[in-house]
Amino acid sequence: MKEISIYVMGKEYKVPEGQTIMKALEYAGFFYIRGAGCRGGFCGSCGTVYRTKDSYRLKVGLACQNTVEEGMYLTQIPFYPANKKTYFIKNLSATAETLITIYPEILRCISCGSCTKVCPQEIDVMDFVNAAIRGDIKRCAELSFNCILCGLCASRCPAEIVQYYVALLARRLYGAHILKNSPHLKERLKEMDEKKFESDLQRLLKMDTAQLKELYQKRDIEE
Amino acid sequence: MSYPEAMLRQIKEVEKTRKERLSEVIPLLPAAEKESLLKSFHPDYKLGTTRKILVGVNKGEVAVQEIADLLEAYSYLDPEKFKIDEVTYTCDVLIIGGGGAGAMAALSAVSEGADVILTTKLRLGDSNTVMAQGGIQAADKPNDSPVIHYLDVMGGGGYKNIPELVYHLVQSGPSIIAWLEEMGMMFDKEEDGTMITIHGGGTSRKRMHTAKDYTGMEIMRILKDEVLNKGIKVIEYVAAIELLSDEDGRCCGAVFVNLETGEKIIIQSKATILATGGAGRLHIQGFPTSNHYGATADGLVLANRIGAKLIYIDTIQYHPTGVCFPEQISGQLITEKVRGVGAQLVNREGKRFIYELETRDCVAAAIIRECQERDKGVKTPQGSVGVWLDTPLIEIKGGEGTIERELPAMFRQFKRFGIDIRKEPILTYPTQHYQNGGVLINPDGETNVPGLLAAGEVAGGVHGRNRLMGNSLLDILVFGQRAGKKSATLAKSTQFSKPTLNHLITYHKELKEAGVDENRRSPLVLPDYRRPELKTRLPWMD
Repeated sequence: MKEISIYVMGKEYKVPEGQTIMKALEYAGFFYIRGAGCRGGFCGSCGTVYRTKDSYRLKVGLACQNTVEEGMYLTQIPFYPANKKTYFIKNLSATAETLITIYPEILRCISCGSCTKVCPQEIDVMDFVNAAIRGDIKRCAELSFNCILCGLCASRCPAEIVQYYVALLARRLYGAHILKNSPHLKERLKEMDEKKFESDLQRLLKMDTAQLKELYQKRDIEE
Repeated sequence: MSYPEAMLRQIKEVEKTRKERLSEVIPLLPAAEKESLLKSFHPDYKLGTTRKILVGVNKGEVAVQEIADLLEAYSYLDPEKFKIDEVTYTCDVLIIGGGGAGAMAALSAVSEGADVILTTKLRLGDSNTVMAQGGIQAADKPNDSPVIHYLDVMGGGGYKNIPELVYHLVQSGPSIIAWLEEMGMMFDKEEDGTMITIHGGGTSRKRMHTAKDYTGMEIMRILKDEVLNKGIKVIEYVAAIELLSDEDGRCCGAVFVNLETGEKIIIQSKATILATGGAGRLHIQGFPTSNHYGATADGLVLANRIGAKLIYIDTIQYHPTGVCFPEQISGQLITEKVRGVGAQLVNREGKRFIYELETRDCVAAAIIRECQERDKGVKTPQGSVGVWLDTPLIEIKGGEGTIERELPAMFRQFKRFGIDIRKEPILTYPTQHYQNGGVLINPDGETNVPGLLAAGEVAGGVHGRNRLMGNSLLDILVFGQRAGKKSATLAKSTQFSKPTLNHLITYHKELKEAGVDENRRSPLVLPDYRRPELKTRLPWMD
């Protein structure tokens, strides 16, 4: 097993080549309290900032999804003191005014692109912030959909925008007020109110295993 | 980095048969064949992997070894010495666990006027919920009904599900989807609002509602936002290490450890909801897991010590398709949606061996048979063996761009390792995924211990002995909501009572009588992946 050197917050550790940053840190003897969550690339708790030897360029990744490199200088950013406003989604309207009233700091965006550069999900963060400013909520929602709320964008923003909370609000406005409600769902709710399926359900509820088995085997499967 | 040369050569075999496989139909297994496949190859049936529990309310019943190890263990607290005079916080409803079930329970209890504290040993939202990619089931299409859904659930669970729980699961499906819609969930929809729904393993109707392959994350983002919007008190990085009982045996709170400082925290409550999730991080039978870092079965341990009955803790769900290569992310989930939208399972010779949308227990067993008995798996350079999941078929069936549109999370996960799943198949092997059983609940989430409720993966009975895809996201919301509501009602008619560890005195006595090694401690709290020689004591151990 080939070992390489990584520098965790400046201190050198020898770890096996090819491991994820998270597993390498554990190999090195670190026990995670903060900074590890789902360990599968979805929770955003293990955002990591690093650079490699002799390079000025900062890179980012999720510790659970990215592998260690020789000479990597890294630190995790497991928490960022972000500002989240509170609201009742039902009472809001899907307009630019809503976003600007709740998060006025989006207007301070100087389009530097630092947020986009730092996103481990490769989201064009600056683009969705601009969509938010324009009131293009659909675009903001769609561009930001893969966001895992890791907070790295906010950590780099000179305008102190909390992009991921702006996007969360935009997606909810889009889902609640722009996307059409499902017509068949409405119909089904009405049927449930009328207890349309109640007697059939009660009949099944009382069946023994043999009877259920027979019905199950005979059920038709939608193509 | 991408596939090594040897594996690239094997991929050629998959490519060769792709065209003829497009139209190949594999029928569902007849009941008898299914049963014999499970008995021969499903890990649940492997000899020596379960044992009878020596103590507690489930004494004499069978549990998987790793769970039995935790049940047959002493508390970190000495009930004779530990002082509970000073209570740190009080509340009507205490919720232990910050995943989907816990968050939903909190919202529900708060809407009923309860004063709620939600605790989690990680962050709010760090859970299996965020990793649930495939979808959420609900019978809301015209060709579907809760009755058909009921039958699918029972058949999938081996007819061992508790009927009343399944009734509420399927019955509440449509209203839960409507609630999510109202909350602003970005469901995959047609222009007119019609839900785009697909099949999951074991479904007879296309009732899987999705938000790309981030369904659970989209739900959790909303739940988390709402918990914060409602100003609910959330305490992160505190682990519950013991429940509290009063003189009548009623649950009246819990003891926690602040994981960052080691300080003990006592929360006194009128009702307590366990929403602690599953057990993936026990690595049962050495399997890798798709579960999050905190899935350590703590809820089972706490519940059992205070006298709550457990059910079906001898069965574990292995998700058929965990990552087998690259090794770095071994065990992580490849969502069932990949099969739902058309990918096929293929052996080393490029041949299919099972209908891809059989129930999970069945598909997992078939993959194990293919790799072990039939020796038709593909070996990785690290020595693991798996079968192919032929993802390029998705692009052929659904058109170019389908993968990036429908499976962006999967696409990104493999791209990080230089694998383009639009053009190359994925190597896969079963991974420990779900705790089928758990704390026995009634339809309101109540356990047999007064004042103690449970919801979500920690609870058992809803899914019988095998859960269907998409029913867990539904389960956490339905039973989270119901437990939240019930706990608020209970709190209204309950006074604070004096918290004790009396139940622990009894449990410890039983352990001693059974001759259990006094050094064994539980709950696990978090798994320790450090090198053995670097392991030190952790904050909750002292």
